[in-house]
Amino acid sequence: MAKLHVSTTINGEPTEFLCEPYETMLDVLRDGLGLTGSKEGCGSGDCGACSITLDNRLVCSCLMLAAEAEGHEINTIEGMAKGENLQPLQQKFLEMAALQCGICTPGMLVAAKSLLEHNPNPTETEVRYWLAGNLCRCTGYDKIVRAVMDTAEEMRGAAQ
Amino acid sequence: MNEMSNKWIGQSTIRPDGAEKVTGRAEFAADTNMPGMIWGSVLRSPHAHARIVSIDTSKAEAHPGVKAVVTAQDIVDFPVDTPVPLGIQDMRWMCRNIMAREKVLFHGHPLAAVAATSEAIAAEACKLIEMEYEVLPWVIEIEDAIKPDAPILHEYLEHDGKPSNITGTLEHKLGDVEEGFAQADVIIERSFTTRPVHQGYIEPHACLVSVAADGKTTIWSSSQGQFMVRAMTAMLTDMPQSDIRAIPAEIGGGFGGKTIVYLEPVATMLSKKSGRPVKMVMSREDVMRASGPTSGSMSTVKIGATKDGQIVAAEGTFYLQAGALPGSPIRGAAGCGFAPYNIPNVHSVGIDVVSNRSKVAAYRAPGAPIGAFAVESVLDEVAEALNIDPLELRLRHAAREGTKAAHGPTYPLIGFVETIEAAIEHPHYKAPLGKHQGRGVASGFWFNAGGESSAQVNITEDGNVVVTTGHPDIGGSRAAIANVAAELLGIDYRRVSVLIGDTATVGYSNLTGGSRVLFASAMAVTDSAGQVITTLCERAAKIWDIDPDAVTWEDGEARPAGDNAGQFEPLSLADIAAQATQTGGPIGHGAQLNTTGAQGGFATHICDVEVDMDLGIVKVLRYTSFQDVGRAVHPAYVEGQMQGGVAQGIGWALNEEYIFDKDGHVDNPGFLDYRMPVCSDLPMLDAVMIEVPNPAHPQGVRGVGEVPLVPALAAIANAVHNALGLRFSSLPMSPPKVLAALEMPEAAE
Ligand code: FES
Ligand code: FES
Repeated sequence: MAKLHVSTTINGEPTEFLCEPYETMLDVLRDGLGLTGSKEGCGSGDCGACSITLDNRLVCSCLMLAAEAEGHEINTIEGMAKGENLQPLQQKFLEMAALQCGICTPGMLVAAKSLLEHNPNPTETEVRYWLAGNLCRCTGYDKIVRAVMDTAEEMRGAAQ
Repeated sequence: MNEMSNKWIGQSTIRPDGAEKVTGRAEFAADTNMPGMIWGSVLRSPHAHARIVSIDTSKAEAHPGVKAVVTAQDIVDFPVDTPVPLGIQDMRWMCRNIMAREKVLFHGHPLAAVAATSEAIAAEACKLIEMEYEVLPWVIEIEDAIKPDAPILHEYLEHDGKPSNITGTLEHKLGDVEEGFAQADVIIERSFTTRPVHQGYIEPHACLVSVAADGKTTIWSSSQGQFMVRAMTAMLTDMPQSDIRAIPAEIGGGFGGKTIVYLEPVATMLSKKSGRPVKMVMSREDVMRASGPTSGSMSTVKIGATKDGQIVAAEGTFYLQAGALPGSPIRGAAGCGFAPYNIPNVHSVGIDVVSNRSKVAAYRAPGAPIGAFAVESVLDEVAEALNIDPLELRLRHAAREGTKAAHGPTYPLIGFVETIEAAIEHPHYKAPLGKHQGRGVASGFWFNAGGESSAQVNITEDGNVVVTTGHPDIGGSRAAIANVAAELLGIDYRRVSVLIGDTATVGYSNLTGGSRVLFASAMAVTDSAGQVITTLCERAAKIWDIDPDAVTWEDGEARPAGDNAGQFEPLSLADIAAQATQTGGPIGHGAQLNTTGAQGGFATHICDVEVDMDLGIVKVLRYTSFQDVGRAVHPAYVEGQMQGGVAQGIGWALNEEYIFDKDGHVDNPGFLDYRMPVCSDLPMLDAVMIEVPNPAHPQGVRGVGEVPLVPALAAIANAVHNALGLRFSSLPMSPPKVLAALEMPEAAE
């Protein structure tokens, strides 16, 4: 079967790629486009390591067909920092040691950013339920939840 | 002990590899590619137990796109009658684990591997391999495997003079237990079972291997030891170690599970045969079916005490599942269970049992949580029977400096008592509990380890510092090393860059495991930095034309040692580096040590739970762990170890287990059904660090990574007992089991 031609936007850049109809967005990001920041922990939508946003909606890129990107906007971990400036969540994760091995971190950050866009003032419970699709085996989530809450507070402060 | 100002030791500095990790740039094993690279895929056994009659790979080889096929014939055979130890592994079992020989021993056991131009073609070609089997009866559970008529996995391994699935035993004895029990007024004896649980690292095993035409081989892989990868690959492929360069990729979690190889030797042979670089990545399903979980267990513990509250004897028997090939962590179970206590008479036995499931691998304090679950549950009952507060009972018997442990050592300075005292004093221990809520406590021990470690400390031409060590950084160890080097050299930690060398660029360093990394590498870095400081003083002496003994190193600069030395402006690292060529050449030193003096780690946990009486869900409401951490060189990452260990314990105690179907296949090889704790399952996990520095270590380091898991299973079970009055002697305390026990208390057993 012929490959599909897809025109999309990735991290703000117009992007075109060819893919097999069965290929996932994660496969194309990692193998086709060299954007290996999104990780494959399971390939079945259960770990969140592959989290990206599709038109500002949080999705598991392992569950999305690459062809579905046509005409839409994709954002990945690679687009989160602006040049040398880390996004506040990235900075806070470093300051609060909210990562140990770091394999869950890209997905966790993408998910957390999406949370704060939807809800700038989340409770601890809201943070925990929003991130429930992102597995971390290293940290016990404590420092991750604290980092997200602290960032939210700082961002609210900065917005005032 | 170092008496410096401790400007950096004890600071939660930002890790040197941090920015790369939060931007997605850090290279994990599966992120590495090479020009001309092809993909390897593994054919795995569909049977739990079968004799291999024949393998025909001709159709797979002829398939378009296939570049190489490998079977056990391509892997070095270590005959079963001659042990070949490598660390705690035995190459007899390792060669049979990575590629089945003679028999397949579990569902998912590798049989052959194919390398092809795409992953899809490689997987397709695997299906073209024609296998003929003689299917054999199989056995999974310990109680079945030790029955006299059980199917035998390895006919050549004997116990009591006949072929048996019991493949090893270990015994610790102290005093005389018979006499001890004779003095006891209260004797409690209980049996326990735990299920095998997976380490659950989020990153599946992965590697990329390139064998060049001259045999020079480069391996990028995710492991807990690049030197282990090199040694095992060399042995299994019959190559000299000097031909192999093993590069440690960033590792996405290991917890012990990446202390052995699965893919690297196979990819090496595929690359050798195809002449192309070969990449292999396990699927999550493969990880769950075929990489090692820790053992399931069956144990019995008996403890006797006098009515005035003195424990006089303790006895334990711990059967551990090794999986398909021998080697379960019986030492951890039988050795650590009673290790926290001063008990005059102890008898502890560990028994290794093989069965048709994947071979176990190390998992955080291997075996110790199993031992502690049984011992700490029985201690809870002893305390109840004697009407003594459970922490008070532990405190009365807590091991301290000079206590002789049944597993051998007489303890040096340890901080166990301090963890119990801190727990008793903590507000958590007195906080009120509500309906269907309960509180449990437990303690635990892990050996910790030293061993081989190498480091190199180089001063750059512009007067900054590059430190190279040899242990993969699994949880922030580079940050701690940066603190140590900055402290010793008296400079800002941001001027220290810490790298993990590969097998060609740094000296031999043992595995990241045993809670050894910071203990051992800080010693190697201290030694190297000491030599660097000596050189820096010599260079300053040369510049000033005075005796080197008249120079001291303070706050990052060379200074005259006293008024007699003469009046000179201090020379900074940058000043000395700038003149290095004129004063004797580049400045840098390394050390290669076999470190000793690691001392045991102790922890005490308090856990509150609430039981949902309708759904059977046990929810952890509050958790506080107290640990003697020696010296917290980087407190945030020490807390992180404590919190991560507790979270794994909560999963083990409440949910995680493999489910086998009627054919001996794992029925839940994925994160949906193998239920690890998610963010909404857990509360904040309070970590109380207690610092009783290890006098045998220059920074006081004790090792912190493993003991946080040890007490957790029992602390949670004791909390459930406190909530419901039901003692769960079998894990996990999953909702169906809790519901059944609420109706029929025997179901807790
Ligand atoms: S890889 Fe997509 S959810 Fe795990
Ligand atoms: S930091 Fe390792 S999985 Fe989250």
